[in-house]
Amino acid sequence: MPQPLNYLKETASQTAGPYVHIGLIPAMAGFDIFEKNFSNVLVTPNTQGERITLEGKVFDGSGSLLRDVLLEIWQANAAGRYNHPADRSVGALDEDFRGWGRAGSDFESGLVTFETIKPGAIIDKAGRKCAPYVNIWIVARGINIGLNTRLYFSDEEAANAADPVLNLVEPPLRRKTLIATRGERAGKVVYSFTINLQGPDETVFFDV
Amino acid sequence: MNAQAPALRDPRLNSPEPFTPRDGGFFQRDRTIHPPAYAPGYKSSVLRSPRQALLSIENSVSEITGPVFGHNDLGPLDNDLIRNYAKDGDPVGERIIVHGRVLDETGRGVPNTLVEFWQANAGGRYRHRKDTYLAPIDPNFGGCGRALTDDTGYYYFRTVKPGPYPWRNFVNSWRPAHIHFSVFGSGFAQRLITQMYFEGDPLIPVCPILTTIPDKDALDCLVAPLDLNASTPFDSLAYRFDIVLRGQRSTYFENRPEGN
Repeated sequence: MPQPLNYLKETASQTAGPYVHIGLIPAMAGFDIFEKNFSNVLVTPNTQGERITLEGKVFDGSGSLLRDVLLEIWQANAAGRYNHPADRSVGALDEDFRGWGRAGSDFESGLVTFETIKPGAIIDKAGRKCAPYVNIWIVARGINIGLNTRLYFSDEEAANAADPVLNLVEPPLRRKTLIATRGERAGKVVYSFTINLQGPDETVFFDV
Repeated sequence: MNAQAPALRDPRLNSPEPFTPRDGGFFQRDRTIHPPAYAPGYKSSVLRSPRQALLSIENSVSEITGPVFGHNDLGPLDNDLIRNYAKDGDPVGERIIVHGRVLDETGRGVPNTLVEFWQANAGGRYRHRKDTYLAPIDPNFGGCGRALTDDTGYYYFRTVKPGPYPWRNFVNSWRPAHIHFSVFGSGFAQRLITQMYFEGDPLIPVCPILTTIPDKDALDCLVAPLDLNASTPFDSLAYRFDIVLRGQRSTYFENRPEGN
């Protein structure tokens, strides 16, 4: 027998369930308990970068809207730098931008929204410039292990076409499932996105 | 000074940082111990499970980084579910302490990471606008809390033991008593939600959600043992629950500057 390696095994995932709001967004569950709450607003008045709204809906395999889903986003700041010590790239840190937020879908409209800034491009480990994107993590009743996906931006056509990860998506027609559409409403920039958990237009999910 | 000028050398030896075989990525997730997305015994998963293969990508800086939280994000009662929603007395139920460590797969503690938890009250009822179970709401119990792990990955909180409750899956499906956990780790690829169960609960082997886990050992790791040593005499029983997040090939201090 060789020496044992003795690694531990990751704890198994379990669904977040229908009442995930209690723990993560108690105001949505219907009560007020914490002095400080996390939210879907990532910006302060001092945050650097272009203000954008991300606005999405999540659909199941029958095409029905999920009204009990929870999304978290994690993104770089306007200079392409993550607010974390492991990011040692050269872009400037923005002390007014944590880069993370969470939102539950509205119980009526199913809309998920984030108020954030458009991230800058990051450089991958091969030194290639990536198209800007936002990382998304999705949990809900019926989702046994959190789903990872990304949002790229429709107005970054050239960068998207050259992006090393988008180019891994096969067949290429599935790449569009990762792209949010830029629009404007009342003078504000809104990127709309759709996540299909299943079906002919199933969103690309990543094993990271 | 005579600088030595070696002829043929590994170019990394001239790097200002020492060579390391580590790139900062997380160990590949072993999906055989996790519940599959499609698990028909848990009916809600049928329409909510992706059917295409996941696209595997190497960890980039996006995955090895993640949100950083601090004590400023929390309030003083956040880890005390007996007191953090008390209005005119303590909540009803068995008083318990839940404690343990957040580790990674190498066995190292994960320090300063956010752990969030939520649960039903002692009667099995959630304080949630969508829960209509006939057991009563407890006016003194909110049912959620959060804590930051210390330098060694240790966390603890105080609560009442949640009750089991029925739910719509099969006609007579009951959830074992459980507490939901949400954990971050240091990188977004470690993000995990799971549930803790209680040693000896007879509903564990028949739970359609728990039995989505295909691996017996992985399932057992969700069951917290009674920990009499950590119990407070004449006050609270204790349960021990360690959580393991994915291991990482380095700490970030060991990364080459362009290495991630």
